[in-house]
Amino acid sequence: MTDAAGTIEAEQSKDIRKRWLLSLPALLIILLAATGPLLIVLLYSFLAPGPYGDVQWAPSLEGWIGVFLEKDIFDETLSLASAHISIFMRSVGLSLVTTILTLLVGFPTAYFIATRPEKTRELWLFLITIPFWTNLLIRTFAILEVIRNEGLINGLLIKTGLIAKPIQMLFTDGAILTGMVYVYLPLMVLPLYASMEKLDFRLVEAGYDLYATPFRVLRKIIIPLVKPGIIAGSILVFIPALGAYVTPSILGGGKNMMLGNLIELQFGQGRNWPLGSALSITLMLIVMVALLVYVRNAGSQGSRHG
Amino acid sequence: MARAFSIRRQRGFTAIAVACFFALYLPIGVLVFYSFNAGESLASFDGISLRWFAKAFQNQQVIDASIRSLQIASVAAVVATIAATMAALATTRTEPYRGLTLKYAFINQPLMIPEIVTAVALLIFFARIKIWTGYSGLGYLIAAHTAFCIPFAYLPIRARLENMDLTLEKAAADLYATPWNAFRYVTLPLLWPGILAGFMLAFVISLDDVVITEFVKSAGQDTLPTYMLGQIRRSITPEMNAISTLFLLLSIGVVTVFFIVNRKRV
Repeated sequence: MTDAAGTIEAEQSKDIRKRWLLSLPALLIILLAATGPLLIVLLYSFLAPGPYGDVQWAPSLEGWIGVFLEKDIFDETLSLASAHISIFMRSVGLSLVTTILTLLVGFPTAYFIATRPEKTRELWLFLITIPFWTNLLIRTFAILEVIRNEGLINGLLIKTGLIAKPIQMLFTDGAILTGMVYVYLPLMVLPLYASMEKLDFRLVEAGYDLYATPFRVLRKIIIPLVKPGIIAGSILVFIPALGAYVTPSILGGGKNMMLGNLIELQFGQGRNWPLGSALSITLMLIVMVALLVYVRNAGSQGSRHG
Repeated sequence: MARAFSIRRQRGFTAIAVACFFALYLPIGVLVFYSFNAGESLASFDGISLRWFAKAFQNQQVIDASIRSLQIASVAAVVATIAATMAALATTRTEPYRGLTLKYAFINQPLMIPEIVTAVALLIFFARIKIWTGYSGLGYLIAAHTAFCIPFAYLPIRARLENMDLTLEKAAADLYATPWNAFRYVTLPLLWPGILAGFMLAFVISLDDVVITEFVKSAGQDTLPTYMLGQIRRSITPEMNAISTLFLLLSIGVVTVFFIVNRKRV
């Protein structure tokens, strides 16, 4: 090895060492106050519950068994935990429907913004960004104000004499769905817009030149071209919807729980930390699977065009 | 006369988009409107009044929670921005090196995990530490907020750095500037808009957080959002609307500044 090459190599490794030193504070903070504690959750899911919350330091699979099964209090036989399964189904179902609805509304909206003239485009984008950065709690509260029994819709309907008693809209699955579509919509529009902004309208023009109908152009040209945006938006909506806590707890009440609320219950009144930990890990695994699907799709998308 | 044919037009899209914007702003509009209600309930609007704003300003719990929110957000956003700036400098403008992908994954990790899972993890972890050390101050909330603010602060700073090449820094080095001086007088001024944007994002994210705060806080450590969550679950008066309106104003203010800062590209 020549001296010059040696110096360059030494220089490089010094640079890399400096780069590790620079990123150390961020990595340490995240390790201590975000990633590290996740490992403790994994550990706790394999311990026995303590009588007043917390855990006993004895290995146990009870937490994991409790995710899908429940023990009969009298004869100790195991059966499927129908309550938990229905909460799982509700969480996945509501999150999927939320994703589809936000896509159906978000796609035309993003397209509308992307086809505005340059000057006004930024204003429309700004209008989507404001709700995005507005506190999620406040937006959920705004929906609550509209749909609760003493709220705007019931108030108007009663005043006009159309109904005598308020319609119960709050504390239903429909209320959770409305709230989630409302709060997560900007998360769908923004990535959709990002990929539509780059759309090459000469391809659309070519489609029309070949006598395609507008619908055919949409289906065969626009949608395939903005597919990365569709996938990114769907993931960005689906993942937080699945782990939603604030929106279902305010709009769903105690009965219409989602996974987030079930997890909280185990750390509150339920006093079953191992079960809560096992449920948290399960939620994380579902999210990981969704992310993997995304990475796969995004990857194959890239190779096809690149 | 038929409308001129436009290749960009898709039937019904404009109608849906307009309805979407309307639906996005109607509930917020209702919320703000009723914060000026002179009456007690949402069922009727009894004239304009500022009484609920006055009530909110006299509510000691609201004042305490607001101050606490601002304290946590300021400290967390400053620390997160400094850490994120350093991390961005360490992960951009370089040949890929071993561990770089790991760093990306690590820094973005708080974005990938559902908030409720992180909240539960911190509840368990900090409960242990509280028993061991006996300390139960705001430090836990600040640490948790700093951690989940880092990826948000990191994004705009990294984006800005990637658009800056190393020419100017090299020129500074050629003129015998020390690495620190080159950073202080060349990199930092160019990077400043990104740092400012990152700080504001981090600040808003911290200010808005409900879930992690709700799980990590000790007794008497309500922030404004967790105080509001508690109130909304109990009984709702227009005082909540007034607080929400003020909160909304603050968020919109920060977002507007963010937009303006980000638009000025060199």
